[in-house]
Amino acid sequence: MLKVRVIPTLLHKGFGLVKGVRFDSQRAVGSPMQAVKVYNLRNVDELVFLDVTATAEGRGPDLELIDELADECFMPLAVGGGVRSVDDVRSLLAVGADKVVIGTAALRTSDVVREAADRFGSQCVVVSIDCRDGEVCTKSGRVPTGRDPVDVAQMMEELGAGEILLQSIDSDGVMEGYDVETVARVAAAVSIPVIASGGAGTFTHMADVLRDGGASAVAAASMFHFTEQTPMEAKHYLADQGFPVRV
Amino acid sequence: MAAQRIAIVDYGMCNLDSVRRAFEEVGARPYVTDDPADLDAADRIVLPGVGAFPDAMRSLRSRGLDQALAKQVFHEGAPFLGVCLGMQLMAAIGEEVEETDGLGWIDARCVRFVPTDVDRRVPHIGWNQVTPTVDSPLFVGIPPGADFYFVHSFHVLCADSGDVLATTPYCDVFVSAVQHGQAFGVQFHPEKSQQWGLRLLRNFLAA
Repeated sequence: MLKVRVIPTLLHKGFGLVKGVRFDSQRAVGSPMQAVKVYNLRNVDELVFLDVTATAEGRGPDLELIDELADECFMPLAVGGGVRSVDDVRSLLAVGADKVVIGTAALRTSDVVREAADRFGSQCVVVSIDCRDGEVCTKSGRVPTGRDPVDVAQMMEELGAGEILLQSIDSDGVMEGYDVETVARVAAAVSIPVIASGGAGTFTHMADVLRDGGASAVAAASMFHFTEQTPMEAKHYLADQGFPVRV
Repeated sequence: MAAQRIAIVDYGMCNLDSVRRAFEEVGARPYVTDDPADLDAADRIVLPGVGAFPDAMRSLRSRGLDQALAKQVFHEGAPFLGVCLGMQLMAAIGEEVEETDGLGWIDARCVRFVPTDVDRRVPHIGWNQVTPTVDSPLFVGIPPGADFYFVHSFHVLCADSGDVLATTPYCDVFVSAVQHGQAFGVQFHPEKSQQWGLRLLRNFLAA
């Protein structure tokens, strides 16, 4: 049986990892290499690595860094932040990313998602949809688009996206639970997997969004950075609740 | 014994670095090449790949790699491992995008998943169990039903059950590993499947 995934998210800014609240107020939380090595040892299901300042700074992904990180990653690695073109997708895959997360660029032009899916297959194209108060935002949450996440998700599926990373800006870093309602709306509207992100504070939150939201995977950052809770403990909890997990 | 030389075939379909790194980790000497002539020096050959079936076949043919691979595997006896798209290409026909002839090493078609009520999401992404259907050197020491990492929308339908090595439950049950002579194929990503994935690569070095 296909397992639900528990995915630590690493947010990178400048030279280190950070974690904020509602896409803002970031605190430094350590070095990316150290985090990747620890998660590799801990046998996590998958990692999401997002360069949160690349788009704002108008630059592409840091390929050298991703190359080094991917070398230590014997589990799947999804990389995003600053992905603007099919060339960026190609470069990231070439240095060892298994999936590429496209955010702002996917909303700006539909070509990058379609071309990337045609060239490299849907399975490596993840579209990140960031929502604030039910509205899709781009550029790390700074620019509201006036669009509904369900419409955007359906359009991305149509263009060839293989997975949706659905991030709630309102819930981000607050650790009071996922935006189950939005996840449920999006997951019901598409047939590609949806990764719920933003709001995890307890294992119960994960169970809620998997059961009531229909998510295929749960991502979490603050919970793993700022509390003692680990991905493996999360999976043991979920297994006790009857979810299929890999332990 | 000297470290084995593993040719990782580069046909422009990326995802090479993870495979190269994983073979280093298990003590082999991988090298990446797109030159058919370089395959002569290989103890074993790996065909990785993500991407679409027709592009991949065009790319292999334009470099003369389809012929070179067949020669190495079926005449020189070099053990072969196809990973993900690399396994799918072993099939006679692929249905992705447009019907395309594959390498034709196994009597099989590569078809899209047909979603069921329970398993309605395609691509099939994540960890799922792999159960060998026969004894195989590839799965020595790996518990039946061990989880491996998958990420794909298409899978191989074998006409000859003798080619089937392992199966996985999704949208009913599909073939997740094949073997035809010295040629092995796995639909999952051993290079991304942690402990059991690295074990499978070690097994391939000994197969």
